[in-house]
Amino acid sequence: MSERRTKSFHPTLAFKLGLLVLASTGLVFFVAFAYNNHVARRLMLKNVEEATQRLAQSTVARISSLLQGVERTPIFIAQQLSRPVKDTNQIVQVLRDILLSNPHIHSAAIAFEPGKFSPGLESFAPLVYRQNNQWQYRDLAQGLYNYSVQDWYLIPKQLDRPLWSEPYFDDGGANAMMCAFSVPFYRTHENRSEFCGVVSVALQLEHIVEQVSTLSLYRSGYVYLMSQNGQLISHPNLSWVFKESIFSVAEQDGNDQLRRIGLAMVRGQEGLERFQSIFTRRMSWMYYAPVASIGWSVGIVFPEEEILADLRALNRDVLWIGTIGFGLLFCVVVLLSRGVTRPISSLARQTHEIARGNLDVPLPPIRTHDEVEELSRSFENMRVALKEYIANLADTTAAKERIESELKIARNIQRSFLPKHFPPFPDKTGFDLFADLQPAKQVGGDLYDFFLLDQHRLFFSIGDVSDKGVPAALLMAVTKTLMKGVAEQDLSPSEVLGKVNTELALDNETMMFVTLFCGILDFRTGELVYSNAGHLPPLWIRNHCEVSWLELPKGMVLGAMEDSTYETRSIRLQPGDTLVLYTDGVTEAMNAQEALYGEERLLSLIELRGDDSPRSLVENVFRSVHEYAEGTPQSDDITVLVLHFSPELTPRPRSGSARTPCS
Amino acid sequence: MLGLMAGFSSLSLAWAAEQGSGLTRVTLLPQWIPQAQFAGYYLALEKGIYRSNGLDVVILTGGPRQNLEGALRSGEATFITHFLSSALKLRENGLPLVNLAQVGQRSALLLVARRGSGIRRVEDLAGKKVSIWSDFAVQPLALFRRYNLDVQVIPQGATINLFMRGGVDAASAMWYNEYHLMLNAGLNENEVTLIFYDQHGLNFPEDGLYCLDKTWRDQPELCRRFIRASLAGWEYAFSHEEESLAVILRYAEEARTGTNASHQRWMLRRMQDIILPRQTAPPLGTLRKEDFDTVCRELKSSGMINHVPVFEEFHVGASN
Repeated sequence: MSERRTKSFHPTLAFKLGLLVLASTGLVFFVAFAYNNHVARRLMLKNVEEATQRLAQSTVARISSLLQGVERTPIFIAQQLSRPVKDTNQIVQVLRDILLSNPHIHSAAIAFEPGKFSPGLESFAPLVYRQNNQWQYRDLAQGLYNYSVQDWYLIPKQLDRPLWSEPYFDDGGANAMMCAFSVPFYRTHENRSEFCGVVSVALQLEHIVEQVSTLSLYRSGYVYLMSQNGQLISHPNLSWVFKESIFSVAEQDGNDQLRRIGLAMVRGQEGLERFQSIFTRRMSWMYYAPVASIGWSVGIVFPEEEILADLRALNRDVLWIGTIGFGLLFCVVVLLSRGVTRPISSLARQTHEIARGNLDVPLPPIRTHDEVEELSRSFENMRVALKEYIANLADTTAAKERIESELKIARNIQRSFLPKHFPPFPDKTGFDLFADLQPAKQVGGDLYDFFLLDQHRLFFSIGDVSDKGVPAALLMAVTKTLMKGVAEQDLSPSEVLGKVNTELALDNETMMFVTLFCGILDFRTGELVYSNAGHLPPLWIRNHCEVSWLELPKGMVLGAMEDSTYETRSIRLQPGDTLVLYTDGVTEAMNAQEALYGEERLLSLIELRGDDSPRSLVENVFRSVHEYAEGTPQSDDITVLVLHFSPELTPRPRSGSARTPCS
Repeated sequence: MLGLMAGFSSLSLAWAAEQGSGLTRVTLLPQWIPQAQFAGYYLALEKGIYRSNGLDVVILTGGPRQNLEGALRSGEATFITHFLSSALKLRENGLPLVNLAQVGQRSALLLVARRGSGIRRVEDLAGKKVSIWSDFAVQPLALFRRYNLDVQVIPQGATINLFMRGGVDAASAMWYNEYHLMLNAGLNENEVTLIFYDQHGLNFPEDGLYCLDKTWRDQPELCRRFIRASLAGWEYAFSHEEESLAVILRYAEEARTGTNASHQRWMLRRMQDIILPRQTAPPLGTLRKEDFDTVCRELKSSGMINHVPVFEEFHVGASN
């Protein structure tokens, strides 16, 4: 049953071992790998944060110093203007000096509050600007341009402090991005500080933008600059510059995170945030820092994959090494465990043969000096022992079979000794006889016999050898032969028994003996002479139903003592009388409770069936005994012989139904 | 005089064009730069609605440097768009223009006030610095009078920066324009209180279509076709947002206005709120008498006009 292999995959021990080792080392590897990756990533991001922080700080510092360079002069001029200046030329000269002081300053103006330059002059706002490498002068108060509502004038006036304006595009002539720095100036009038105007310079942003836009980081990182309103001043996406603010980009994209970042930036905060760049559409990190003096903010964006590119490459290598290593490890483990399991496998194959009954295949010698060798040796010992045992078993079985077959033959021979043809003398009238023997083992110790001494006399006997089996059978054969030989010398039953006893007792070393009853019936007259050697008394049925034990003379069993003597008795049977002879196999038959069948039970049975024919009676006795035994194995031979005397009859029909039963 | 001559020549050019193609050439000058505020006209042009009404329309580029009055007088512009109050002032000053259609129904002018300055409702404006545009001062001043508020009025320039820098507590803004610019300069909606004039009995409908009285009298059919096509253009623009945005952005790009898509989207949506307000919207292009009366009353009481025109003589388009 176990030999039938199912079709499904059954991994070998080596494979399982390999897989287990691989799984556990793999787990360790991946935990270490994940931890390493996590820590390395954090470290790298920290480094990047520091690097970008430095970059942001240096950018902010550069812009700030540039702005400070611009701021210094108008602040100074505004202080100077706290004293009244009446000379227009002097003012124009001051404005020219401002432009001279810094090549990035495109224009400079001093705008007076109406009436503050001179009481007669309503508005005055001299402007000096560069055009074609020359100074140009203009009074902004002339014409439709209302400087008093311009950001560069109005806001510092309202806020009472110097201020950078939002960047603007000057399409009036410069065609450039500008940012104005305006400083309000005051004069003391009647102990009150009074706003008198604004000194304003316009800075071309080109230079700053250029500086910022050339900054780069990693392969595609970038730096951008936005105004206090979030307007993009510098950005690698040029189509956004001066059109989009960080908020409009966020709105267009529906990106709340970017708006949040934008709010933090316009509020002058500093931070690092991971976000999805709308420009590059890649997961990125943004570091932002304020350019405090002007209210701008610098944003440094770097794609995450580029920051982590080295880590990714490292991870890839580690994973490759890991994968190859695991492959190798697996092979090694499988090979190693194969080395261990190969003897086991071959042992398994060989024992498979043994299991199938082939004990002739010797187990291969295993020299592993370990448990496997021990196991193999034990198996070999077991195989040899098993083989020996089976060989012995075969011999024993053969011997037993031989004996059994010999016993069978012996039984047949023994059975052939007993007369088996009924009716035995079909041409003789005057009696009817039937007998049968059922042996307990294959050869039994019971015997019966009958033969005609002459035309009118029938010799019959029944006996039981003290033992069972072959010795009993042999003794029975001897006894029967002796009986027949002695009886034919025309002796009385007692003489027959005496002679047979003498023969049997002679050199009886086995101390076996035989009980025997024999009689001679003159079936013309019914004269019966009989003698007994320790056998059970037969039952005598008279007048169909009267049953009694036949009176027996005393007599020693045959073969016990050499000089035993026996007595002959005689009775006259009436026609219709029947004798029932039996051995102790009947009366001593046992049921499951080991209770004996008993003589009373036999007597009752015979009383009931007294009118039956001899054959029917014999069969009834056997049936009754078997029913009583209820399947308990028969412990002794059972023999019954029935002799019916009926001189007026020819041999009886088989059935006894012609007669009336006993009442 | 020169302008007058130029007007004659362009008029004759228009006639010539009409005879050539079977279409009548007319020009429209919007009062401001190309943006979603004028989406309907750009879409009527782009989608061929003007042509299918027999009009060959040229939309001139408006802006701060354009002189609407001059362009109308000279005939450079057959039609202009303008705020109702501004048009009434021009008419008071002798420009014989008529209102062909009142497009905007709801005043988009509003005050954006910082909640941080403690302004939750109109009354809170008292004592606060509020910047207003000199050109659109009538409504705020009327509001302050109406609520009897002593407000520190600051002149407002063209940008939102004075407000953004905290120079004032409240500033004027167009709902469709400056307010959104504020939002996209880092102002959060929850940081401000919005004061709409139409909620305080000062609804000044703004954008309308105008032409000279003479044009209307001479060519009423032409004017009607122009009105019909223009309003159809608006309807088209509102129902085709993305397409409209693309058209507007193209015109804005050509005029280098420096705007962006999100701002124009906001503006287009607000124009829809203004032109087709949810409650009690009159037929498109109609000037409601009560709005006209409100504007005239406030202009007169602020001394901007002395004569109130006869409504039917002023608003001519819709009745036909």
